[in-house]
Amino acid sequence: MASMDVQLRSRGWLRNASRSPKVLVGFGILMFFVLLGVIGPHFVANPSATGPDAYASPSWAHWLGTTDTGQDVLSQLVNGTTASLIVGFVAAVIATLIAIAMGLLSAFLGGVWDEILSTITNVFLVLPALPLVIVLAGYLHGAGQVAVSVVIAVTAWPWTARILRAQTLSIRRRDYVQAARIAGESTTRIIWFEIVPNEIPLIAAQFLITVLYAILIQAGLAFLGVGSVTAWSWGTMLYWAQNASAFASGAWYWFVPPGLCLAFLGTGLALMNFGVDEIANPRLSSAKLKRVPRRRAATLALDPSAVSTSSGA
Amino acid sequence: MTFLARRLGFYLITAWVAITINFFIPRLMPGNPVDLVFNRIHHSISPAALHAFEVAFGVDTRQGLISQYFGYLGQILHGNLGISITYFPTPVSSVIRTALPWTLALVGVATVLSFIFGTLLGMLAATRRGTWVDALLPITSFLSAVPYFWLGLVFLTIFAVDLGWFPLSGGYDPTVSIAFNWTFISNAVDHAVLPAVTIIVSSIAGWLLGMRNVMMATLGEDYVLLAEAKGLRRSRVSFTYAARNAILPNMAGFALSLGFIVSGAILTEVVFSYPGVGYVLFQAVTNEDYPLMQGIFLMITILVLLANLLADIMYAALDPRTREAG
Repeated sequence: MASMDVQLRSRGWLRNASRSPKVLVGFGILMFFVLLGVIGPHFVANPSATGPDAYASPSWAHWLGTTDTGQDVLSQLVNGTTASLIVGFVAAVIATLIAIAMGLLSAFLGGVWDEILSTITNVFLVLPALPLVIVLAGYLHGAGQVAVSVVIAVTAWPWTARILRAQTLSIRRRDYVQAARIAGESTTRIIWFEIVPNEIPLIAAQFLITVLYAILIQAGLAFLGVGSVTAWSWGTMLYWAQNASAFASGAWYWFVPPGLCLAFLGTGLALMNFGVDEIANPRLSSAKLKRVPRRRAATLALDPSAVSTSSGA
Repeated sequence: MTFLARRLGFYLITAWVAITINFFIPRLMPGNPVDLVFNRIHHSISPAALHAFEVAFGVDTRQGLISQYFGYLGQILHGNLGISITYFPTPVSSVIRTALPWTLALVGVATVLSFIFGTLLGMLAATRRGTWVDALLPITSFLSAVPYFWLGLVFLTIFAVDLGWFPLSGGYDPTVSIAFNWTFISNAVDHAVLPAVTIIVSSIAGWLLGMRNVMMATLGEDYVLLAEAKGLRRSRVSFTYAARNAILPNMAGFALSLGFIVSGAILTEVVFSYPGVGYVLFQAVTNEDYPLMQGIFLMITILVLLANLLADIMYAALDPRTREAG
């Protein structure tokens, strides 16, 4: 029963995902920002060019007004999009790869190795991320976005690793994995062909949350002025707005747009995460509470993924 | 008790990892930013302070890495975090000691309130599915994607600049002297409201979603069905039967989410120029004050670990299984 459930999930999840309105809306938002970041910069002025109009309100010439030195806010917004996207995705890819390695190794090696790897994961889970990233990035003078991504990834992997370890422990006990083992399949083959494919929805859901996390941390770093304050990103815009006390001059059009962009991009990622999560874990669906058939409820209760991915523990 | 002993051991390991990371970062990073700072200050510093700086950063020393490491551990155990460059020549530990009470009060109160409200709303979202409460979900996913510091900027503009309800910045009026009396406390509370609301609004989504998801799993349990079949009132079923069990995983989440909330609070303090640890960290970053940056990282880590230990003690008190199984 349980294994059939999992097989169904793994084969159809992408098709199911493309029908979920949450996933579709989220994907649309993400694509909007990708296009904005890729095509946008060709259509706007140089974001660093200063001009005579300081603190100009939004107008036909400057759709989102200007900064204290007359720079065009819209140009900065459009040019800053790429930084958030690149850092978010690069950091999330690195973090997810670390998490898969740590989670699967931990579950498969077992014993002392499991203890050691789990302890490392838990230590990184508890260490406060932002101060650690600040200290690490503080030493990388004006480092590029890839270096910042690596630093963020160092703190972003433990959640996923922990969830994957729990899921792997549960899957490896299921009938079809036992059958594969009795049939003489190698451990590597079992991992890559029996276990990982069944974890893909979970990995996808966690990946999206990690992207969101990395984007927010990057914005926080840039806002504090860690790293380069001249490379445009949404966080950098907020850094300069804060430095110039834009709020006291009533220049809302300077700092409201970058935050809204962060929030909308984040909402898009979170919506996709919810959608994928609901497919992987049907009990989370917000449809009106129906009594789940008893036996199915029991198998789900044994499945650690029934506990949310966002609260985990 | 074994449960708490194991947790304590784990936190000691984590503290040791944090200290060790602190030791290796300046030694392994490319370039020599510390050397630059060192050259800037080494004429104006006493030989003892110079030595402390050398020990902390491994500059200009002929000692081997291992003996440097033990020298560093000794300094940390004596509470010696070096000299701040921003507030030269004040020791890092005194700079942190001045800032810490502000952060503890602000973040402590805000976190507890956010946990209570978030958990209650999460219960509501789980038990009242298919009603207006469903609208909370998109709102919370939006809120969880909003950076704390940006929300702070928006609140500052609306409630302090436009409406003038709250002060613009700082932790208290410079005209009011710091003392344990009503004038000072009311003044400090007045300054803390906006930053605290910012932290609560930004962090509430995590508790809400966590509680909702666990609660929905709990609502499917047999004993809840039985309680319903017995004809108990709905509120009694959801509070006394479902929520009491669902709150435990959320408590465990409390411990782990704390690091994230503290990170957000650091940025919130910067927006409001609130005189806590986050604002000092911002000063340290601006002035490339590495001793102060690292001291704050260590301090925040140890505080988060202590808070975790506190949460574990509460968890053990609430969940009898932790006491027997160990």
